[in-house]
Parts: sequence; C-alpha cells; structure tokens
Amino acid sequence: MSGRSRFLPYLLLAPSVLFLAALFVVPLVETIAISFSDNGAPTLDHYRRMAGDLNFWPAVKNTFLLVVTVVPLQVAIALGMASMLQKLPRGRDLVLWIWTIPLGVSDLAAGLVWLALLQERGYLNSALAALGLIDGPTQWLTYETPGTLFVGILLAEVWRATAIVFIILVAGLQLIPKEYREAAEIFGASPWTTFRRITLPLLKPSLQTALILRTVLAFEVFAVVYAIAGRNFPVLVGEAYVWQRDNQAYGVAAAYAVLIVVISLAATVVYLRVLRSRTEERS
Amino acid sequence: MAQILIDKVRKDFGAVRALDEVTLDIADGEFVALLGPSGCGKTTLLRIVAGLETQTAGRIVIGGRDLTEVPTRARGLAMVFQNYAVFPHMTVFENIAFGLRMQKADPTRIDAQVRKAAGLLHIEDYLDRHPGNLSGGQRQRVAVARALAVEPPVLLMDEPLSNLDALLRLEMRAELKTVLEQAGTTTIYVTHDQTEAMGLADRIAVMHGGRIVQIDTPTEVYRHPRTKFVGGFVGSPPMNFLPVEVTGGEARLGGLPVPAPVTSGALLAGVRPEDFAIVAPDQGLAAEVLVVEPLGSHTLVTVRCDGATVRVVTPEIIDWPAGRRIGLKPDAGRVVWMDPQSEQAVGP
Repeated sequence: MSGRSRFLPYLLLAPSVLFLAALFVVPLVETIAISFSDNGAPTLDHYRRMAGDLNFWPAVKNTFLLVVTVVPLQVAIALGMASMLQKLPRGRDLVLWIWTIPLGVSDLAAGLVWLALLQERGYLNSALAALGLIDGPTQWLTYETPGTLFVGILLAEVWRATAIVFIILVAGLQLIPKEYREAAEIFGASPWTTFRRITLPLLKPSLQTALILRTVLAFEVFAVVYAIAGRNFPVLVGEAYVWQRDNQAYGVAAAYAVLIVVISLAATVVYLRVLRSRTEERS
Repeated sequence: MAQILIDKVRKDFGAVRALDEVTLDIADGEFVALLGPSGCGKTTLLRIVAGLETQTAGRIVIGGRDLTEVPTRARGLAMVFQNYAVFPHMTVFENIAFGLRMQKADPTRIDAQVRKAAGLLHIEDYLDRHPGNLSGGQRQRVAVARALAVEPPVLLMDEPLSNLDALLRLEMRAELKTVLEQAGTTTIYVTHDQTEAMGLADRIAVMHGGRIVQIDTPTEVYRHPRTKFVGGFVGSPPMNFLPVEVTGGEARLGGLPVPAPVTSGALLAGVRPEDFAIVAPDQGLAAEVLVVEPLGSHTLVTVRCDGATVRVVTPEIIDWPAGRRIGLKPDAGRVVWMDPQSEQAVGP
C-alpha cells in the first residue's frame, strides 16, 4: 500500500475528529474545570452551593421522576406501535410517516403546543366546558396543582419523543427474520408467548440503544418543561440554565452540568450491563 | 402419525394464481417430496399446510380433522425451515425443548425427549451451546431435532438441505432418511433438487406452474415422465427429446424401427442420456461430437444430432476430439413418447 492511501482514511476523518474535540471535549474539560475552581484555586464551593439551594432536591426528584415514568411509558407505547405496524399488510409507510411527525418538531415548539392545549383558556378546557365537565377556565399548570402539572409535562414528553424509540424498534424488528416467529407459532406458541420468548429477547440490542438514547435525553429534559411550567417544576438542566443566565454563577451552572453528565453516564453503564447480550446469542 | 389430504387447494396472490386446484393424498407415514423449480408453488403449498399462509379455496385435512380454520399453533405440526430458524438466544437444549415446553410437558419427559432427539442427530455434546457457536450442518441438526422432539404426526420440511455444502448435503441426506424412517412420521419435503427428492421420497409430486403435473414413485417419475417438463426436470442431465415422424405405427430412430403408440403423425421420442448405445456412424442416428466430459464414474458426451443437442452418458472412458462422427442407438424399450403440441405423454 502506498504512503498516501495508508494515511488517507485518517486524513478524511481528521476534520470531524477535530471538530468534535474543539466543540465537545474542550468545553467538557473546561466545564469540569470551572465547576471545581474559584478564581484559579481548587474548590468544592460550587457543588456546596448547588446542593444547598432550595430548588436542588426538587430538581433532582422531578428529573428522576420524569425519567422513570416517561422512558418506560415510551418504550411500552413504542413497542406496541412497532408491533402493530409490523402486522399491517399495506399502508405501512404512510402510518410510519405520520407516527414520526413529532420527530420533526423542536422540543420548545412541542412544549408551546401542549401549553396552548392545556393552559387556562386552552383547547382542553374549552372541550371540557363544552361537555359540561367544568364550569369555566380551570388552571391545571400551576404551582398549586403539581399533579396535573406533572401529567401535562408527561403527556408532552411522551408525545414529543416516543417516535425516536419507535423508529429504533421498527428497525430492530425488521432485522428479526420472520422464520423465528413462524417457527415459534408452528411449535404451538401463542402470539403473546412468541412476543415474550422470541421477539423481545431478539430485540434486546435495539431496546438497549433506544433505552440509552431516551434515558440520556430524558435526563436533559428542559425546553418542554420550561414552556409548560416555567420554574414551577424545577429540573436539573433548567436549574443549570437559571444559574447561568439569571444568577450569572457560572461555577454552579457548571456543577449542574457535570452532575447531569455523571448521571447520564451511570445510566448508560447500567443499561449496558443489564441488557448485555453475548455475541453467540445474536442471530 | 397421520394421513394428509390436500383437497383442491387454490391460492391467488392478487391476479397471480400461485396454486391451481392442487389435490394430494398422502398416506400415514409416507414421505412425499414436492419437487419443482422456483416459483412453481411448492413452498406456498407447504406453508398453507402449516397454516402460515391462507389458501384462497380448498381444504387441508390431517388425520381426518379439517384444519382449514385452525391457526398454525393449534395444528400440532413440526417444521424445518430452509434457514433453520434455530432460536439464537436459546441453548441447543432449549431449542429442542421449545415445542415440548409449549405443550407444557413435564420436565422429566422434556429432558428424555430432548436427549433422545439430540442422540438421533448426534448433537448430544452440544446441548449447552448457543447456535451461534455451531456450524451450518450442526444448526440444521438442531432444527431437525427440535422438530422430532415433539414426535409430530406430520413433519414439514422446506428445502432443509439447500444451505449446506455439497458433501454435507450428501451426508445429511442419508442421515435424514435413516432418522425419518425410524420416526415413521408423515413427511412433506419441499425441494428443487431432484436427487434429494429421488433419494428420500416414497413418492414425488412434481410441480410446475402451480399444479402437480405428476405424482409417482421416484422410479416411475424417472422412467415414465408424464410430461416433457417432468422428463426435462427430473434426471441430470435431462431427458433428450427427438422429433420423429410415425408411419404405420412405427417411428424410425437411427435406422431402427421402433413401435410407436400412434399410427401416424409427429411425436417426440424421449430418451434418457444413459439409454443410448454408442455405435459406428453408419449404424444408428448420425451424430457429431461437440464436447466430451470425463466424470470419473462415467463420461458425458454432448453431440449434435439432426440439428438438436443431445446428451449421452456412457460408462466407458472415452477421449474423443470434437467433430468426431458417431452413431447413437436408443434402447427401444425405454423410449417415452410425447405429443409435440401438448407436451403430454402419449401411449401406455
């Protein structure tokens, strides 16, 4: 092989590697440095300030609450949608296309749409009033109604981000040869047994990908929450934003950012371990 | 053990008729091969018997029970797929046990049945492995063991050997025959390979264009093909067809008068490549050698005869150059007659 062709692959990869290094690794290292230093001297003060803040524990609690409700719900719904899509004899592409529309909507826009639906004089209240279920404009998204506020955010998140899980699972399902399901059927397995004993285990690699992606993104939830609830429903990224923008305390904002990275990494490690499939078990 | 009746089964895919009134009666314990080229409907027919495909019309009756409305899982069959479909996330043991687990068999029976089936197919040493660690041939054995473990009344096999290499296929073919004879299961075996069908089956159903064109024992299909298609498809190299003119109830083949089943008119004389004797140029059908292929056990000679290409198989070891003139003398008793228009066999 000539010298030129030996280096060519690296040369071609170099721009993207440099790009990622400049715009991802450097800021990450810098963020970590900012979070642990005060005017050049090492300190844990920013972390103390973060943990001592009135909104910190509610933000942790709310973020985790959203992750543990939204992600399983999305996976369950996406699995159902993907399985139903597989059964369609025709029109699959159209349904696939419609079901993935939310993917094209920015999260802030999605939050505003749901705000328009759920706010005091929104479509939901109009509909409920028309049906005679409520007397007049009712507030669902305030500090005094944490239950409905949470449900509102949950609905918006599920609507907005289930499609990505769905797409990954559809791709995964298509990789499973139909003979596996047919063989199970021949040997007497019911549709539910086939799903549980054949489809689900063979879908593990795709489930793993979808879970990691969705969980990491769910820990970073911000725009939808911000649009619907403002600071009435504090979440980690929202707090980082407030400390950065309103309080101009960059060290504390950096501490939040580092905390979010650590939590996301930990979740990824857990998924990789729990859903590990050995090479020989794959098709 | 069960008898299978495929009763006037029709299958349309949109405007395409894949199966046209197919009727087939299979006796208890019989091994029937569905043989035909790709697209002839053989796999569709097998899938309809399995319930994986629904027929447009007709009935499937197994052991006296009409299964037309019965879903696949309740038909109590076993099947071996072309690509094996051995579950990759289960051990060999769990794969073989799958059908029994679905039947909720008790653990001692499962263990005994799995070991028995694995023993029959010589895979008892691999029970703890995953299929990913097995060769193609071993996976095929797992697929067969999984099917036999449930002791099915009916076994369906869809080109089970076509993904194996030639030597392994030969080995598995002989082994399958032994194992299935022991099991005594009624078997439908789909293949496009005529040697597999000839070697394994009690009867061969030759399919062409969505119909069964002949159903007979392997010898009968080989000796007395009912259509030109069967003669050409069964046998390798295929049967030769020579156009002849019949006068006074006799056709002349290489100067030899051969009694024909009609008194006059045009016919096709079907002659198997091994049913020619090679004689001196002036003694039989005049032919010119095109290619000589020595194949060890026999020699394949391709000749040009009356403008047509004819293949001749002879046990002699010969080494002739192209262009050599020879004579061919067909074995009169082995000639089959076809109508050139309908391409159907004529006569007894």
